[in-house]
Amino acid sequence: MSEDEYDSFGEDGEDFMDASDYELSDGNDDTSDMDDDIFAEDMRKPREAYEVDYRVLDVAAIRAMQDSESSQVEGILGIEKEHAATLLRHFRWNKDRLIERYMDAPEAVLQEAGVITDIHTAPRLEPAPAGFCCAICYDDEPDMSSLALRCGHRFCKECYSEYMTSKIQKDGESRRIQCAATDCKVIVDEHTVSLLVTKPVYDKYRTLLTRTYVDDNARLRWCPAPGCEYAVECPVPQAALKSVVPTVHCNCGNSFCHGCGSEDHMPCICALVRLWLRKCADDSETSNWIHVNTKECTRCNSTIEKNGGCNHMTCRKCQHEFCWVCLGPWSEHGTNWYSCNRFDEASSKDARDTQAKSRQQLERYLHYYNRYANHDQSAHLDKELHNKTEKKMEEMQQTSDLSWIEVQFLRAAVDNLVQCRMTLKWTYAFAYYLARDNQTEMFENNQRDLEMAVEQLSEMLEQPINANNIKELKQNVLDKSTYVAKRREVLLNDTARGLADDRWRYMVDV
Amino acid sequence: MAIPKRITKEIGRLVSEPVPGIEAKSHEENIRYFDVTITGPVQSPFEGGAFKLELFLPDEYPMAPPKVRFLTKIYHPNIDKLGRICLDILKDKWSPALQIRTVLLSIQALLSAPNPDDPLANDVAQNWKEDEQGAIAKGTLAPWSASREWTQLYASN
Repeated sequence: MSEDEYDSFGEDGEDFMDASDYELSDGNDDTSDMDDDIFAEDMRKPREAYEVDYRVLDVAAIRAMQDSESSQVEGILGIEKEHAATLLRHFRWNKDRLIERYMDAPEAVLQEAGVITDIHTAPRLEPAPAGFCCAICYDDEPDMSSLALRCGHRFCKECYSEYMTSKIQKDGESRRIQCAATDCKVIVDEHTVSLLVTKPVYDKYRTLLTRTYVDDNARLRWCPAPGCEYAVECPVPQAALKSVVPTVHCNCGNSFCHGCGSEDHMPCICALVRLWLRKCADDSETSNWIHVNTKECTRCNSTIEKNGGCNHMTCRKCQHEFCWVCLGPWSEHGTNWYSCNRFDEASSKDARDTQAKSRQQLERYLHYYNRYANHDQSAHLDKELHNKTEKKMEEMQQTSDLSWIEVQFLRAAVDNLVQCRMTLKWTYAFAYYLARDNQTEMFENNQRDLEMAVEQLSEMLEQPINANNIKELKQNVLDKSTYVAKRREVLLNDTARGLADDRWRYMVDV
Repeated sequence: MAIPKRITKEIGRLVSEPVPGIEAKSHEENIRYFDVTITGPVQSPFEGGAFKLELFLPDEYPMAPPKVRFLTKIYHPNIDKLGRICLDILKDKWSPALQIRTVLLSIQALLSAPNPDDPLANDVAQNWKEDEQGAIAKGTLAPWSASREWTQLYASN
């Protein structure tokens, strides 16, 4: 394919280029990619209103961060680096609070964190003093190698090693491992651990420490994809989650919300996502069943299931007698008991109107839920479509003179489609909670445009391929794909700006 | 499997320097398994009782705590009806420097001072909490009397 063809899409083609570039580079050596992310570039700068600053970090980078923070505290407080690290871990890496508290009462802080800063008694392996008996193995052979933390509780090296190994391997502990003596709160520092355990155990220990570092640090979050070892740093604080949806893209290809750790749920804010998911978990199936199988008593609104018998209903709660078919009062049925042909009577019409009103809430919910679930399901079919696309791409290479690189547009279109479906899905959760006003109307217009475009693209991708019209198909798919991406951008940008300006009104408190 | 020196030594010491009110004998066929008897502490509702327990030293001992369970029924907020004991040193506060002896002493102390704020048997704890004041002062009300009743029912010879 020539450059010109891409160029013919002008600016919009650019986006498409980015997407395929990304796919292509995926197979490359990941490490080179990573290094760039960490050292060459700082934060990824947002381009659109709905994007946020973030950067992806690998384990080495996370370690480097811990290291630099420890060094900083080491310098400020004038204590050894190991102690600085232990203190920081105790304060969950809240540097400011640590420094403030330490300036006020250094002794208290040290004791609380289990640190003793005495240079002369630095823990090291040394022969046990005369008359020593290890309180763990009860061994008292002379000249055993032994170790004591600065608290002075001495145990033989073998027991201490076994103790540390068991804490790290079995209990998964790292920053809170205390001296082996009963009730002694002194923390075993990193250096001492390295003296005691084997290399694999020490590596595990370091991994665990890194894990707690990320967990403790509000700016960091592990990528939730299975097996992914990257963490993502994003400066959006929890308090701002009402006005921004911090979606980040990990180097592993997974997109997720940095605020709550769940899947990419743009444009819906975290609080509404939580409400919605809870509602769906509780309600959707039950609501569906109620919708299909029950009616409400026209007087007291109790939900009634008719599980047999005739149409003459007597409400258990209020004793109201009515007709199941037309919902009119039974008294007006006269002798016409077992069949109802009174549909147009005024009284039964009224009864149906009230019924309709009370059903409205439920219907409203189901309206949004069904669309949400539909897009969710369609997005899940993405794998299938991927496979199909793969096949289609092969087909195209065989039946036309297009090369591999030139048929990549299909895959990019499918990826695009899936992403739009995810966005659409969450627009329904968002819309469910929106109060009716002009803003909402505009939102729904955007939603409709995107949805229509997505369905058209989807149809296009499902079509069988005909050798004669490949050129045309490609053109169409590319055009539509670009258009869809544009619609998504418009919708997301508008919502994001609305969030930032506090423009949206919700029917619930968030 | 070889028995660590520590276990042999502990058993030796339990025999040579017994703790008052506590008896622990290890089985001949399995030296890690102990029959324990703790005498109810004086001035507790368990006074006069002899409580049987079983104690087992897992392979990881002393890196992991021993497993201890009451065999005698006991009305106590930190011990449930299966005899399981809620005691911090048997769980997260375990230290390899603790021993069978110290564990049993702690259990004895738990009999003297029940801790209804960290209950295992909820109903019993509720009972203790609700009228511990009255119970201890008068020595007649539940749960004190219930504990004494159970002691007489199940823990006397």
